[in-house]
Amino acid sequence: MTAVENERGVATYTPMEAKYVAMQSDPQFQELRRRYRGWVLPVAAASLVWYFAYVALAAYAPGFMARSVVGNINVGLVLGLLQFASTFAVTALYVRHADNALDPVSTALRERFEAEDAR
Amino acid sequence: MSTLAQEAAAVGSPALNIAIFGAFVVVTMALVLRASRTNKSAADMYTAGASFSGRQNGVAISGDYLSAASFLGIAGAIALTGYDGFLYSIGFLVAWLVALLLVAELLRNTGRFTMADVLAFRMRERPVRTAAATSTLVVSFFYLLAQMAGAGGLVALLLNINGRGGQSLIIAVVGILMIAYVLIGGMKGTTYVQIIKAVLLISGAALMSVWVLGKYGFNLSSLLGDGAAAGAALEPGKKYGISELSKLDFVSLALALVLGTAGLPHILMRFYTVPTAREARRSVVWAIWLIGGFYLFTLTLGYGAAAIVGADRISAAPGGANSAAPLLAFELGGTVLLGVISAVAFATILAVVAGLTITASASFAHDIYAQVIKRGAPAPGAEVRVARIAAIVVGAVAIAGGIAANGQNVAFLVALAFAVAASANLPTILYSLFWKRFNTRGCLWSIYGGLAITITLIVFSPAVSGAPTAMFPDADFSWFPLANPGLVSIPASFLLGWLGAVTSKEYNAAKYAEMEVRSLTGAGASREVAQH
Repeated sequence: MTAVENERGVATYTPMEAKYVAMQSDPQFQELRRRYRGWVLPVAAASLVWYFAYVALAAYAPGFMARSVVGNINVGLVLGLLQFASTFAVTALYVRHADNALDPVSTALRERFEAEDAR
Repeated sequence: MSTLAQEAAAVGSPALNIAIFGAFVVVTMALVLRASRTNKSAADMYTAGASFSGRQNGVAISGDYLSAASFLGIAGAIALTGYDGFLYSIGFLVAWLVALLLVAELLRNTGRFTMADVLAFRMRERPVRTAAATSTLVVSFFYLLAQMAGAGGLVALLLNINGRGGQSLIIAVVGILMIAYVLIGGMKGTTYVQIIKAVLLISGAALMSVWVLGKYGFNLSSLLGDGAAAGAALEPGKKYGISELSKLDFVSLALALVLGTAGLPHILMRFYTVPTAREARRSVVWAIWLIGGFYLFTLTLGYGAAAIVGADRISAAPGGANSAAPLLAFELGGTVLLGVISAVAFATILAVVAGLTITASASFAHDIYAQVIKRGAPAPGAEVRVARIAAIVVGAVAIAGGIAANGQNVAFLVALAFAVAASANLPTILYSLFWKRFNTRGCLWSIYGGLAITITLIVFSPAVSGAPTAMFPDADFSWFPLANPGLVSIPASFLLGWLGAVTSKEYNAAKYAEMEVRSLTGAGASREVAQH
C-alpha cells in the first residue's frame, strides 16, 4: 500500500491505483486532458447550437427557408446541405487535431505507463 | 385492398425478389459459417475479439445504423411531405458528431463488451450494471420490434404476400435467420453481414440517385421543381408546421435524433470490435462519410419518387410511404432493379436485427448473468452459453412481437428508441466520462428516471391513443400533447443525474483517476485484454 495525498487528505491506494493517481496529476497528462476537452467540448457545443439554430429556423421561420437562392433551390435546402458540410468539416478537423495534438501525447503516456507496469 | 393488392402484383416479380434475397442469404451464410471457426469465447461472440480495422468497422457501423426506417422511411417521408422528411436525415447525421467527439474513443478505452462496462467503472457495480442492462434491453427491444414489424409491411409490398399467415411466416423466417447469424457467426459473422449490406445499400442508393439526376440532365433544381409539383414541399412545415404543438413536437424529435445516436447500445458496442481508440475514431470517420453520403442520396430518392412515381401511387401502395423507394426502383430499372432494391431492404432489416440481438444477449449474459448474478466469476464457458440462450430468447420475443405488431402503426417505436437512448443512456455516459463528481445515485436516478419518464410520456401521447394515426386510434387516454417525449424527458434525465449526484457523497478518487487516465490514453486497456 502506498499513501498518496488527494484533495480530501491522505488516502491509501494499492500500487496500481497509486500509479493511475500519479499519472492523473502528471503535467503531461493534464496537458493532454486540456488539449482534448478544450477542443471537443466547445466544438461539440457549437455544432449543437448550429444544428438547433437550423431546427428552429425550419420550425419557426418557414417563410425565410422558402426564399429562393437559385431556381428551386431555396435557403432551407442550402442551410440543410451546410449541415452536411459542417459535419464533414468538423470530422476532418477533429481527425487532424487528434493526429497532431492528441495521439503523440497519449501514446507517450501509455508507453510510459506500460513500461512501469512491466517493471 | 384487393385492387391495391392487384396493383402491387403488377409491380415486379416476387419470384425474382425472393431469388435475389436468397442469394444474399446464401452468400452471407457462407461467410458466417467461415466466421464460426473463431467464435468460441465471450470476447469472440460479443466483439469478434476486437479484431476489425477502423475501416471495416466504419462500414459495419453504417450497416448497423442505416435501418429500413432510414432507407424506406426517409425516402417515403420526403416523397410525401418534402422538406420535413429531409430533417430526419440531417438529425441522424449530425448526431454522429456527439459520438465522434465525446463518446467513441473514451468508451473504447474504458470498456470491453457493453455500455455498462463504462457506466459501472467507478460506481457501485451491481446496481449500475443492472440499470444499464435494463435500459439496453428496453432500447434494443423497441428498436427490434420496429424492424420486425417493418419486415411484415415490406413483405406485403415486395413479395406480394398479403395474407396475415404468410406475412407472419416471413417474419419468423427473418427472425430465425437472425438467430442463426448470431449463434453461428457471433459478432464476426454479424459484422460481415452488416458490411455486405452497407455496400449493397449505399451503392443501390447511389445508383438510383445518379439515375434520377440523369433523367433531369443533372439539374437538381428541375428535379426539385417536378417533385414540388407532385406535392413534395420544398420548404419546411408541411408536416410539422400545422400548429404550434406540431412545431414543438418537431423540436422534440430533433433533440432525440441528435442526442440518441451516441446512446444506442448496439452502436456503442461496435466501438469494442476494434483494438484501439485510434481505430474507433477511424470507424466513426468512415461511418460519418458513408452515412452522410447515403443521407444526401435520400434527397434525390425522395423528390425523385415524388416526381417520377407520384404521391398518389405511393400513398395507395400496400406499404404506403415505405413503398416510395421500391416503386422508384421499378420505374427506373424495371423488375430487376426492384428485385435488387427489395433484397437490399430485406438485407437491411436482417443486418440491423442481428446487431440488436447480439447487443441484447451480450448485455444480459455479461452484465446481468456474469457480473450481477455470478459476481464477476461465472463458471468457465457459462457466459457464452447464457449469451447463446439469451440470443434465442431475444429472437423468439422479436418474432412474437413482430407478428403481433405487424400491420399496426409502430413507426413511433424507432423514435421512441432514440428518445429512451437520449434520456436514459446519454446523460449517464457523458456525466460518467466528463464529470468527476458523478456517482452511483446520479447514475440510477438518471437511467431509471429517464426510462420511466420517456415511457410514461409516450404511453399517454397521441402516438399511442387519441389520434387517427395512433397505435390505438379508437381509444383516447392521452394527456401528453407531444408524440415525441424528448423535449421533456432528455432535460429531466440530465437534471435527475445531476440531482442524484449532488445529494450523494460517494466518490472514488482512485477509480476516477484510473478511468480518466485509461479513457484518454488507453493505459491498462490492453493489459486487460491480454489477461482474458
